[in-house]
Amino acid sequence: MSIVLSIKNVDKTFGGLQALGDINLDIEEGKTHAIIGPNGAGKSTLLNCCIGRLIPDNGTVEFNGKNMIGMQPHDINHAGMVRVFQTPEIFPELTVLQNVLIPGFAKRDGIFKFNAFTSLASEKDIEADAMHILEDMGLIDQIHNSAGSMSRGDKRRLELAMGLVQHPTLLLLDEPTAGMARHDTNRTIDLLKTIKERGMTKIIIEHDMHVVFSLADTISVLAQGRIIATGTPDEIRGNPKVQEAYLGGAEL
Amino acid sequence: MSMPSLRNDWVVMAIFAAAVLTAPIWLSPVGAGYPDLLQKFAIFGLFAIGFNILFGLTGYLSFGHAVFLGVGSYTAVWSFKLLTMNVLPAIALSILVAGIFAVVIGYLSLRRSGIYFSILTLAFAQMSYNLAYSVLTPITNGETGLQLTMQDARIFDEPTTSGLPSTELFGMSMSGYSGFYFCAVLLIIGFFISLRIFRSPFGLKLLAIKSNQTRMRYTGFNTKPYLLAAFIISGMYAGLAGSLMAVTDPLAGAERMQWTASGEVVLMTILGGVGTLIGPLLGAGIIKYFENIFSALNPGELHQIFSWLPDWLENIVVAISSEFVGDGWHMTLGLSFMLVVIFLPGGVIEGVGRAYTKIRTLLKSDEANESDESVLEPEPVLSAEKE
Repeated sequence: MSIVLSIKNVDKTFGGLQALGDINLDIEEGKTHAIIGPNGAGKSTLLNCCIGRLIPDNGTVEFNGKNMIGMQPHDINHAGMVRVFQTPEIFPELTVLQNVLIPGFAKRDGIFKFNAFTSLASEKDIEADAMHILEDMGLIDQIHNSAGSMSRGDKRRLELAMGLVQHPTLLLLDEPTAGMARHDTNRTIDLLKTIKERGMTKIIIEHDMHVVFSLADTISVLAQGRIIATGTPDEIRGNPKVQEAYLGGAEL
Repeated sequence: MSMPSLRNDWVVMAIFAAAVLTAPIWLSPVGAGYPDLLQKFAIFGLFAIGFNILFGLTGYLSFGHAVFLGVGSYTAVWSFKLLTMNVLPAIALSILVAGIFAVVIGYLSLRRSGIYFSILTLAFAQMSYNLAYSVLTPITNGETGLQLTMQDARIFDEPTTSGLPSTELFGMSMSGYSGFYFCAVLLIIGFFISLRIFRSPFGLKLLAIKSNQTRMRYTGFNTKPYLLAAFIISGMYAGLAGSLMAVTDPLAGAERMQWTASGEVVLMTILGGVGTLIGPLLGAGIIKYFENIFSALNPGELHQIFSWLPDWLENIVVAISSEFVGDGWHMTLGLSFMLVVIFLPGGVIEGVGRAYTKIRTLLKSDEANESDESVLEPEPVLSAEKE
């Protein structure tokens, strides 16, 4: 198995508070790697360091062997690392379909293309791909609605669609089921399982243990900015250190 | 299908072209059917359509777009002075030079967004305005304004013997209706380009930048070149509008670059409807109509308009309404602008849309009432039978 993403010795401090300390993590191709940990453990900070939103104080983030530190967010996107945000980051004034067309155009057009004289109506390929993904997400009957008017759960699925339409090498999911009703959560798990079968590598940050144990091949536990354990779901379940730090001694 | 079809666009264009070319006919009942004013509609319409490509699609509010208007005018007059009185080179050069100015001003101003962007553009415009009066006097001829003279080189034209030459298109003089139709054709082309941009992937990407620029970066776009492209395009439209001003009247003054001129195009766009295709044009038309027709009305004419009222009422109505015309037209414009912004944030075009749906629902409920009645009608018959 080859390593897609390799995080080496990453430190990040915010005004004296150490958010991340000496993080080392390898993400294997085709695997779903979950990062769990209590609130404030540094999970979102770690993702932000990967996609260029934050620059770590030390260390490297190598994606397919190339250091991503200091690269522009749009270049990281085109390298094949795509993030789905925790609070839905969509285009609220655009329609649901347009929201998914935009990342489709990004994938095809690159960081800039002046296609001001081609008609949207002639972009059949991009549209077909978007429709296909929206169908998978169960949003097909809402495509003409404005995205801002959707329910929170639907917005989250729309964001997932926006990530998937770019067919990334590595998908970073920040709590993909937060704010979803139980049946929506199950539906999202099924969806993510299908994606996994297609061989897409994923990092998932999640609070919901049901989601983590249904999807993850490997789990890393983050507590107070440090990785205290990495292993298979079974190893993590049985790890006393994890139960102590993260679950307060409760049985998983 | 949400995507507008290509055939649809051609229908829109055909209707638009027909409306513009027949404007002298359908605008004459309201007193606006003369070429000078029609030309102004077309010129400021182009200015507003171009401004809307920046403001309407990206949400970046430039407060210094008049600078491109001025640059367009100066370039056109220089073309008339040095090259030829033919309007085509003047227009082409004006668009080009305004585009170059837009590259520089846009590149620097777009380093910031929101209010800071607006202030930067305003600063550039005021700077250009003041330079035109001082350091750049050799180019702009300062307060007198740039004018044609008998000594001008005009290297492609035959030397004239009698008086100053006038602008022309291959021998056709650019005054009166031929001047209007020339502007009208350019307006139609300008509108067509704007329509294509609105319905293109590029246009959609600009709208997405307006909606959530941060998200665009993480979606894989470098937003700066998109914004700069929109800025340049709208600057070129303004350059075209400026050159057309010089075509209708071949002189150029720095007052075209003053901040009030930049503010006017903002008003036009907001009044008509920001981000809509036809709204800015509508706004330009309304403002120019107020400026030219309302300001020219005097109490005598008001007495004529209201002569059908009883004398005592006529005097009261004229006394009140005369405050709103003539020199008071600014008040009328200001009040209408306030009313539109408060009650119709989408501009006049939103009002038109609302009226349209209201009429439709009224018509529908009329139909429904009729059918209700036909259902209810048999009842009395039934009750009568029972008795």
